[in-house]
Amino acid sequence: MAKLIIDPVTRIEGHLKIEALIDKGKIKEAKSSGTMFRGFEVFLKGRDPRDAQQITQRVCGVCPISHGTASTHCLDSAFNIAGKIPKNGRILRNLILGTEYIHSHILHFYHLAALDFVDVAAAAEYDGMDVALQTVRDFISAGALQPFTPRYEGDYRLSKEQNLSAISSYVEALRIRRIAHEMTAIFAGKAPHACLVPGGVATQITEDKIAAFLWRLNECRKFIENYYLPDVVMIAEAYPDYQLVGRGCGNYLSYGVFELTDGDTDLANRPKLLKSGTTSRKLEYKPLDLSRIAEDLHSSWLDGEMHHPSNGMTVPNPNKEKAYSWLKSPRYENQPYEVGPLARFMVAYAGGDETVRSTLDAYAEELGITITDLPSVIGRHLTRAIETQLVANAMSEWVLQLEVGAPTATEFTIPESSEGVGITEAARGALGHWIRIKDKKIENYQLVVPTTWNAGPTDEKGKPGPIEHALIGTRIKDEENPFEVVRIVRSFDPCLACAVHIVDARGNTKQTFKVL
Amino acid sequence: MPESLQEFPVIWFQGAGCSGCSVSLLNTTFPSVASVLLEQLLPGKHINLRFHPTIMAASGEPAISAIRVVKDEFADNFILVLEGALQEKVYCSIGESDGREIYLSEEFKDVAERALAIIAFGTCAAFGGIPSSAPNLTKSHGVGEFLKTNNIKKPYINIPGCPPHPDWFVGTVASVLIYGLPKPESLDEVGRPKRFYGKLIHDNCPRRAYFDTGRFAKRFGDEGCLLELGCKGPQTYADCPLRLWNGGTNWCVGAGAPCIGCVEPEFPNRNSPFYEKLQEKRFSEFSIKTK
Repeated sequence: MAKLIIDPVTRIEGHLKIEALIDKGKIKEAKSSGTMFRGFEVFLKGRDPRDAQQITQRVCGVCPISHGTASTHCLDSAFNIAGKIPKNGRILRNLILGTEYIHSHILHFYHLAALDFVDVAAAAEYDGMDVALQTVRDFISAGALQPFTPRYEGDYRLSKEQNLSAISSYVEALRIRRIAHEMTAIFAGKAPHACLVPGGVATQITEDKIAAFLWRLNECRKFIENYYLPDVVMIAEAYPDYQLVGRGCGNYLSYGVFELTDGDTDLANRPKLLKSGTTSRKLEYKPLDLSRIAEDLHSSWLDGEMHHPSNGMTVPNPNKEKAYSWLKSPRYENQPYEVGPLARFMVAYAGGDETVRSTLDAYAEELGITITDLPSVIGRHLTRAIETQLVANAMSEWVLQLEVGAPTATEFTIPESSEGVGITEAARGALGHWIRIKDKKIENYQLVVPTTWNAGPTDEKGKPGPIEHALIGTRIKDEENPFEVVRIVRSFDPCLACAVHIVDARGNTKQTFKVL
Repeated sequence: MPESLQEFPVIWFQGAGCSGCSVSLLNTTFPSVASVLLEQLLPGKHINLRFHPTIMAASGEPAISAIRVVKDEFADNFILVLEGALQEKVYCSIGESDGREIYLSEEFKDVAERALAIIAFGTCAAFGGIPSSAPNLTKSHGVGEFLKTNNIKKPYINIPGCPPHPDWFVGTVASVLIYGLPKPESLDEVGRPKRFYGKLIHDNCPRRAYFDTGRFAKRFGDEGCLLELGCKGPQTYADCPLRLWNGGTNWCVGAGAPCIGCVEPEFPNRNSPFYEKLQEKRFSEFSIKTK
């Protein structure tokens, strides 16, 4: 058996190592492991609770707004104001989070994932008038090819014209993603790491801000419709085997995202643009029950029992036998669940969302696949792109529902002691924050993030995490250029800064940590 | 391209950070990030990004080999950028080579010794930042402390911010390309270019008139100076109110949110809680002066 190690896995957020045992050309075992640790849950303790939404945004520079959103929901709930957020505050929060979806999804597809499918070298012989392509051509002809080389060689299947069009989109996507961050800044000051507060949003709304937001949004929508979606379909058609590769664990979970009603404190099941719930490849819908979440520690360098995150405590044991990851393994009803755009769409489809159904059905027909076959490398990229359009379209309606002059935030006081929970969907999946306040300070703060759901290790019952599951059984054509592995891993859009902050290394820092 | 084209190879390491500094650099407007990477930043001068974990095509061994090539072929002629803090070695490994773990703190030492100069990009890389928050059990620290501890005498420039403004990076690099490494008098006492970090936010704030006339916002969304909501503008040195963020779109105070002082060595420890009013004593200590 050959052991394949990819370390670092680049073009993701953070520090990831993948180890796979290959037997007769197929992956028999797979282990994913994070290799950097900061310890957010440790240094949040004792702080002013209001600081949590600033500190936790710094968990991830790609999805800070998602953490800020989960954290402000969490603080609203602990401060007992979750039902009092003004309509403007709710809409502004949706708009600000929506800008992060546009930025993150476009960044992920073009700048993190596409180089696995698109051959940048095709621009070398370009003789047309596209300025972006001319720039790339001149760059290549000068002989300085970094950061596009070195790379895995071989399996690039697009035609010259398709490569050129994708490279042109890659460059334009840099500009569009930047515009999405300008939209964040209009209502939240700056990006990344924006200004979010408990009780609503701090900004005042003016007509010029609405117009500035709307017209940037329109540019993004044109790009999504005319470039992003067609480019994903182009890659789906050029790499049809990847519609079958990287199936995963077959269970899907969504907390739901983008609240549509005011005064509702049922975070789990209130009406949202993309609904909460769980489903499987059989597409049976079940409502979300947050009490069914628990975290398994079997393969983690952590001692202790399985706990619900509200009483999650973590004691590191780097010498624990058979452990191989810093990540916990979140489980729902004791099963691994995949999270992210694919999961959101599987849940919404199963739950009868008409827009999601008709959109997904149309794309499935175009590609000649069924919805139960959607879970795959291509399915993850496709649902991510469709979701970008769905969210951007909804935002163009929401921004016109803002009321100039009406309040954007409600007042609050920090309670002596309290508990709270905040859930949302980050671009890459379900995100939950849990807080306990004592003496007006943070006594405990726990985060359960998308990448622990997806990249967590094998649990006590021997069930691998979703990424590991998606790798196992995959045929590797060329072990020197293991495209299959990196394409599968990147399709989940892993964010290791998110995942690895989780470890609470209380205790002896003099121990020798074995970072796999 | 002209024959005299000068290449500036760059190794960009990510330590204990969140990639937010890289994402912020993607937000550079003029030049666009495509121009920074693909074109000459200044006539005849090209930044050649050889290693950057979030952007580069290579994974695994080929990625690691890119570091080796620069170290060997461009000794004393490449720029080392760090994003994120340095830590006790076991907390951050950046890859593996020949079955051996490559720890950032060891690799950084080796690469720093052979670099022309070092840029500490972001508050984590400059001063330790977020991961150095109390109790700092990973022993996170910035480039200056690291170089001192390891007795490495290399010029370095701190460009802090959580994240830093892309102009601060591009502007600093442009200055180095035109005039060479910064003279000591162009940096402040914590190693930041005075060009960008020379003036107090409070002195250039558009809400300054509210402060002078005693009109203070009491809650989020109010008109008025944000001092009582915790604004750290009176002790923070950066040009945010003049430069604005995201292509001149807005900045924190412009969105009604207090400055949290993210460019300062005190961030996020001594200058928090973020939403508590600065103590008068410290306020007068810092008010109305330029560095």
